[in-house]
Parts: sequence; structure tokens; C-alpha cells
Amino acid sequence: MKTVIFRTIAPVLVAIMVVFSVFVLLRGHNEPGGGFIGGLIAASAVALYGIAVGVEEVRKALRVDPLAIAGFGVLLSSLSGLVSIAYQVPFLTGLWTIFHFENTEIAVSSPMFFDIGVYFAVLGTLAAVALALEEDEDQK
Amino acid sequence: MLSDLDISICLIAIAPFIAAIFAPVVQRFCAGMTGWVLSVVPLSIFVFLTSFIPEIAGGGFVYAGFDWVASYGLRFSFFIDGLSLTFGLLISGIGTFIVLYSGAYLEGHHHQGRFFAFILMFMGSMLGLVFADNMITLFAFWELTSITSFLLIGFDNVREASRRAAIQALVITGGGGLAMLAGLIMLQQLSGQWNISGLFQYAGVIAEQELYLPILLLILAGAFTKSAQFPFHFWLPNAMEAPTPVSAFLHSATMVKAGVYLLARFNPILGGTVEWGVILSIFGGVTLLWGATMALKQTDLKQMLAQTTVASLGLLVMLLGIGNEAAIIAVVLYLVAHACYKGAMFMVAGSVDHATGTREITALGGLGRIMPFTLAAAIIGVAGMAGAPLTVAFFAKEEMYAALLHDGLSGLLAQPQDLLAIAVILVGNALMMGVGLAILIKVFFGTLKPTPVQPHEGSLSLWAGALVLGVLAVFTGVAIGWTEQYLITPVASPIHNLLVNGQLYLDLTLFTKPQFYVSVLTWVLGVVVFWQIDEIRTRLRAFSRVLNWSFDALFDWLMFGLVRLSDALTRFWHHGRLELYLLVVFVGFAAAVIIPLVWENALPPMPELTALPFYEWSILLIAAIGLVAVLIARTRLVAIVSLGIQGFAVALIFLLFGAPDLSFTQFMVETLSVIILALVMTRLHLDQRDSRIFQDVFRDGGLAVICGVGVTVLMLAVLQNPLDMRLSDLFAATSVPLAHGHNIVNVILVDYRGLDTLGEISVVMTAGIAILALIRIRGGGPQTGAGAKKPDSRGNRTEKAA
Repeated sequence: MKTVIFRTIAPVLVAIMVVFSVFVLLRGHNEPGGGFIGGLIAASAVALYGIAVGVEEVRKALRVDPLAIAGFGVLLSSLSGLVSIAYQVPFLTGLWTIFHFENTEIAVSSPMFFDIGVYFAVLGTLAAVALALEEDEDQK
Repeated sequence: MLSDLDISICLIAIAPFIAAIFAPVVQRFCAGMTGWVLSVVPLSIFVFLTSFIPEIAGGGFVYAGFDWVASYGLRFSFFIDGLSLTFGLLISGIGTFIVLYSGAYLEGHHHQGRFFAFILMFMGSMLGLVFADNMITLFAFWELTSITSFLLIGFDNVREASRRAAIQALVITGGGGLAMLAGLIMLQQLSGQWNISGLFQYAGVIAEQELYLPILLLILAGAFTKSAQFPFHFWLPNAMEAPTPVSAFLHSATMVKAGVYLLARFNPILGGTVEWGVILSIFGGVTLLWGATMALKQTDLKQMLAQTTVASLGLLVMLLGIGNEAAIIAVVLYLVAHACYKGAMFMVAGSVDHATGTREITALGGLGRIMPFTLAAAIIGVAGMAGAPLTVAFFAKEEMYAALLHDGLSGLLAQPQDLLAIAVILVGNALMMGVGLAILIKVFFGTLKPTPVQPHEGSLSLWAGALVLGVLAVFTGVAIGWTEQYLITPVASPIHNLLVNGQLYLDLTLFTKPQFYVSVLTWVLGVVVFWQIDEIRTRLRAFSRVLNWSFDALFDWLMFGLVRLSDALTRFWHHGRLELYLLVVFVGFAAAVIIPLVWENALPPMPELTALPFYEWSILLIAAIGLVAVLIARTRLVAIVSLGIQGFAVALIFLLFGAPDLSFTQFMVETLSVIILALVMTRLHLDQRDSRIFQDVFRDGGLAVICGVGVTVLMLAVLQNPLDMRLSDLFAATSVPLAHGHNIVNVILVDYRGLDTLGEISVVMTAGIAILALIRIRGGGPQTGAGAKKPDSRGNRTEKAA
């Protein structure tokens, strides 16, 4: 799989995929997209990069264990639900604050952080599995 | 809204947990002083609780708490009355000394911080349990005491005996707790009340219900397992594997009393019936005699004390079963007396062990001169065990005899069951007194014997607690006016559900009471037991050698059988042949889809085919090409990729019919599954080609067709009915105004059904961990990633070598 063309194109492709995954994640509340699909795209990016440059490189680039990313995601989602305690409303109640910046509205909400948590959970888990599988291939 | 009082009362149960989090940190900075620092927590709880004494002694109640799951009417709620306040004071008061004692007893232990954390958590659970008003709150704390007790018994986790004792205690008390939960829920279903304080108004009514007996039995199962009643008694002596402070705290003064507390708490609600009286008296009585006899058999100080604890718990349960006013007063007095003297005796035993390095009574002697303070504590403790005058235990004994002598001696002779009960109590008390005397005299008097460690008096924190508890036992036994006002009336009244006025006598009228002479008889018998203890022990041991059977062994046999059964089941289902797994799954699936359709005669008619535009035809064609390609593919890799073609075609269909989110996800899932399948295939070192014999092709192909047809028919059948659009309409109407989102799919995922999604991502991550574990086991260990272990099974090594 490590052809010159693939190895040259892969970093560019991966960068685009990661940016796109974030785009898909953030627009998800109003347009097709969301944390789950964004996480899948990002995980494919990681898997692709692993095939192109080897698992060692990817692990170095990620800096943290992929499963830790997944754990962070689940934690973030749970915490976004716990914010509601401060407002004395049930667990996971959606809370919204809308900022006005120039002429645009920027909404910050607990469902958004929840969705970001989903993104990381999916990304981390699938990336961990894909990398572990690729690792074995490297050893052969 | 929460008031300050609500918060501070909830903190009684929660503060120890918070302290537990910081205990290891405190340990790191304070080292030897940790016990003194951390004892501030229980001490302040104790002081706070004393502020309630005037109100509660005046017959008042305090309620507190906040809504927990309001939609089910569940509150995280507490209430304080005489019974719970006494328990709370005992727990926090003894807890203070236990924390101090642990500081000295485990000094230098490398996990001392962890130990403090466990013991504080236990204290919080116990406080929560006794103050809980809501039954679910009660249950939560009840199970927390089981779990923390498990941690404490297994504290010395390198020893197999500790681990076994810990698991045994958890299985028995946890199992009983689950039975209790069922009982509590039934009680709620019957009365509509989650609060114990709200149940009091149904006193007498519940006993007339049909469900009374099941409720009673289930709740008794919880209480009996927790309080080590026969035949669940055996976990308690085994729990002595725990460090001595734990035994003193959990297994004498507090946790094992939780069952007694529960019975006392529910006495007004469930008590007073024939069933209650008979069951409690019989089980309590058997436990009393059993424990007292077993205590004689032991030579280990802690084991002797543990068995007498079993006996004392039996006595308490029996008294609750008798249930008249004098018996309830006896319960109250004996509770306090036992908590004081047994806690003290355990601390004495621990100090002796600490000072000499042994707990064998035959190897000890003459320590009184070397350990004067410990001796003083032991004398008061044994005085309590014997029920000597001037201690509160004396009155406890007087009252328990009075409970059965209410009609005088002639009345007793006319009631055979009362006569039997009084005989059981008398013998039990005498045996326990004999054991107490043996501990005191053989250990502290006589000639000094050589011990593994040069004996020395322990530090202040080792003997102070035992001494203070002893002094308390004497104080309550002398200041009887105080005891009547602050102990008997406020504590016994809620148990009895009537105002109880205790009347104790410490003057010449004592000699006019028949129960005094029964006490004298107890003492005489106790001295005889002590005098003959070696002889009795030899005989008991010979007898148990002949019997060669114990409940302990039965438990092991049951547990072992359970493990073997699950092992056999696992082997049966997990034979390791993947194609059979898949076969079972798909046959089950086909049966689940097709059989109900045929059974219910719900097979749909053939649908009318509408004319499709050319692009829809072309997508179907792509899907079909994909399928054909899978079937004729020459290598597995080609087959996997071809399957992807079919998946993409399905994604296109989703796109065409207005489900962009679904289609989007389908695209990604297809891509990733192709990648992962390809990677798995290379990992499994499969052949390039998938060659099957004809029978297999026939079987697998046939099954695939059946499954496909089944799903198709099911979909058509579903379409026969008009779609229920209520939910969709609701979501469509509310998604923007309520959830600020235009993408309904996403809004459902992250908002309307957020809890489901949270569960799903947890499952995703858990599955990921499991997959990683499987990969690493097979792959001969990872090169990166923490926490993975090298494989040690022989199969993997040989595979590698080959």
C-alpha cells in the first residue's frame, strides 16, 4: 500500500478529511451531519493515515492513546448532561446561550458539547481498533 | 429549595465520602498524624448530631432531603428520630476512636491512606443507612455498606483467605440486600409510600394484606444476612480476616447491627404478628446458642469475639421477636451496651495482638502488669459481657428477663415457649460470660508467657477508645435517670410505636424482682463455664471432627458448583467455531422474523410495482451487480470490496428518498467496514480464496436467501399499516422552538433521546476496549499502549514458535 503517490497524497487528504469532519460535526444541528458521522470521517482519516505512513507515525501524531480520546468523549458527553444540575433541571436537559458577534449569532449549548463528546467517542474507538489491526500488518 | 438544615443533614452521610477522597492525600502529607487529622470528620459529625439530642429526647422528629427522581416520587431523604440518632451517635463516636486507632494500628502500612478512605466511606454509608427515610435511599446505602465492607475485609488482598472472606461476605449480604429491595418495592406498591416515616401510619394495616408474608420474608432475608443470623451466620467469623479496627467497627458495633436496625425500624410496620414473633424468636434463639457455643470452641481472641457477636445479634433479633415493652427496652440497652463493650473488646484484642504478635489465647498470659490501660479497658469490657451491675449491660439483662417474667414465676411456668426462651437466653448469656472471663483472666493474669514480640503497652490511640467506650458503658449503667430520659424513652418509643417509659432500679427494690435472681443464676453458670472451658472446648472440637461438615463448606460447594456450571455453559456455547456462531445467529434471526408472520397469518400480499424512473433502476442495478460480484469473486478481498458496492447503492437509495443523514452515515460505515474487514482478513491469515464444499455453499446460500426474503416480507408487512406519524410530527413541530435545531435526526440524537445516545457511545467504547483486548491476546502483545499484558497461554507461544 505504500506507494509514492499514496504516501504523498495521504497527508493532504487526511488534513482535508479532519477539517471536513469538524465541519460536519458543527453544522450537524441544522444540516445533515453530527457527532457520529463526523467521528466516522475522522476515524477514517486516522485509519487512512495509518495505512499510508505506518502506525508508529500516527500514534506519534495523535500524542494520546486513541482509547483515551474515546474516554474523553464519553466523559464530555456525561458532563454536558451534568451541567443541568446547576440550573436544577433534569439530567441532559438542553441548555442554550446565544452570543451575538458582529452580525452573526453564535449558539453555545450543552447538546453541542454532547455532540462533540459523541464525535470523540466514535473517533477514539474506531481509530483504536483500526490502528491495532494495522499494527499487526506492519509487523508482518 | 434546599435549606441549610437539609444540606447539613445530607452532609452527615456525604461528608465521610468527601473525606475519603482526600484521605490518601492527607496520608501523604501527615504520615503518622493522619489518624488524628482524619478523626476530625467523624468527631464533627458526632458533635453536630449531639445538637439534635434535646429536640429528639423531647419526642420530636427532624426531616430533611431533596428530590432525587421527582417523576417517580423518589427523594434523597433522611429523618432523625431517637433510634436513628442513637445509631448515628454510636457510629460517629466509635468511628472517631476507630480512625484514631487505625492510625496507630496500621502505622507504616503502605496502603494506610487507602484504608482510611475505605473506612470513611463505610462510615458515610452506615450513617446514610440509619438516617435514610426514603426506602431507595436506604437500599443504596445498605448496599454501599456491603461493598465497603467487602473492600475492608479484603484489604489485605495478597492473602487468599482475605479475598475469600470478602467475596463470601459480599455474596451473602449483597444477595440479602437484593431480596430486601424486592420486599421494599412490594411494600411501596402496597402502600404508595416510599418513605419509612410515611409507612408508620399503616401500622397494623400491612399485616392484614395478602402480600404481608412475602414482604416480611424478603425484608427478613436482608436483615438476617446482614446481621449474620443462622443459617447465614458463617460469613461473620470469616470476616475477621480484616484488620482489627475493621472488626471492631464493622463487625461488632455497626454494620452487623444494620440488620437489627432494619428490624427495629420496621417493627411498628411489620411487627406484632405471630409470623414476626415466631420467625424472629426461633432464628434469633438458634443463632444465640450456635454463636455462643462456637465461641467456646475457639482459641483465637478475635474468633472468640466474633462468635459471641453472632450470639449477641441472635439475642437482639430474638428480643425483637418477643416484642413486648420490656423486650424493646432490653433491645435498646443491649444495643448500646454491646456496641460499647464489644467495640472495646475488639480494640483490646487488637492491642494485644499488636503488642505481642499473637492472638492465641493459649499462648498468652500475665499481660496485665505490662499493659495496665489495656487491662482496665478489658475489665470494663468483660464486665459488660457478663452484665455486671453498674454497667448498662446489667440492665439490658434485667429487662430481657423481665420481658419473659411479666406474669411472675408461676406465669412463666404456664407458658412453655416463654420458659424455653428464657432458658435459651440464660444459657446464651452464661456461655458468653464464660468466654469473656476466659479472655480476661487467661490473657491478663497468671504467669507471663513468651510471645513472638516483646510485649509492651500500646500508644494512647490504641487504648483510649476502648477505655472511653468502657466508661460510657459504666456511665449509662450508673446514671440511670439520664439513661431513662435520653436513651430508653426516645429510642424505644419509635421501635414500639408507643410511648415507652423505662423504669430502672438501682437500689434495694432490685432484690424484690424475680429477674435479678435469673441474673444471679446467669453469673453462677458463667463462672462454671469459664472454670470448665478447656474441657468444653476439647469436647466441642472432637464433636465437630466427627461431624466434619459446616455451613462454610456448603457455601464453598455452592460457589464452586456455580463456577463449574457457568464454565460448562460457556464451553457449550463458546466452542470457538465462527461459522457455527454465525449459523446459530442467522437461523435464530430467520426464525424470529418468519415464524411470527406465518403464525399470525400476517403475510402481506404482493405489492404493486410502481414504475421507477431510470436512475432508480440504475441504482438497483448497481446493487445487484455488487451482489453478483460478491458471489463470483475469486478472492476474499474482491468479495469484501464488492459488498461495499452494494452498500453504497443502498446509501444512494437513502439519499434519493430524503434521508441524507442516514445516507451519509451509510457511506462512512460502508467505507470503514471495507477497510476493517480487509484488515481483519489479513490479520487472521486466511487463505486468499474462500473455498467451501458444496454442502456448505448450499447451507449458507440457502440461509442467506431465507433471511433476505424474511426481511423483505417483514418490511412489506410493516408497510401494510399506515405509519404512525405522531412522534415524527411532534419532533418536527418542536425541534426548532424547543431544541434550536433544524436537523431533526441530530436533535433526536443529542437532545430528545440524549440518554440513549450516552448509553450507545458508552457501549461503542466498551466494545472498542473488548476488541482491542481480543486483538492483543491473539497478536502476542502490543508494541505500544499501556496496560496490555504479554500473553501467557501456551497456545500463543507455540503458534509463534511455529
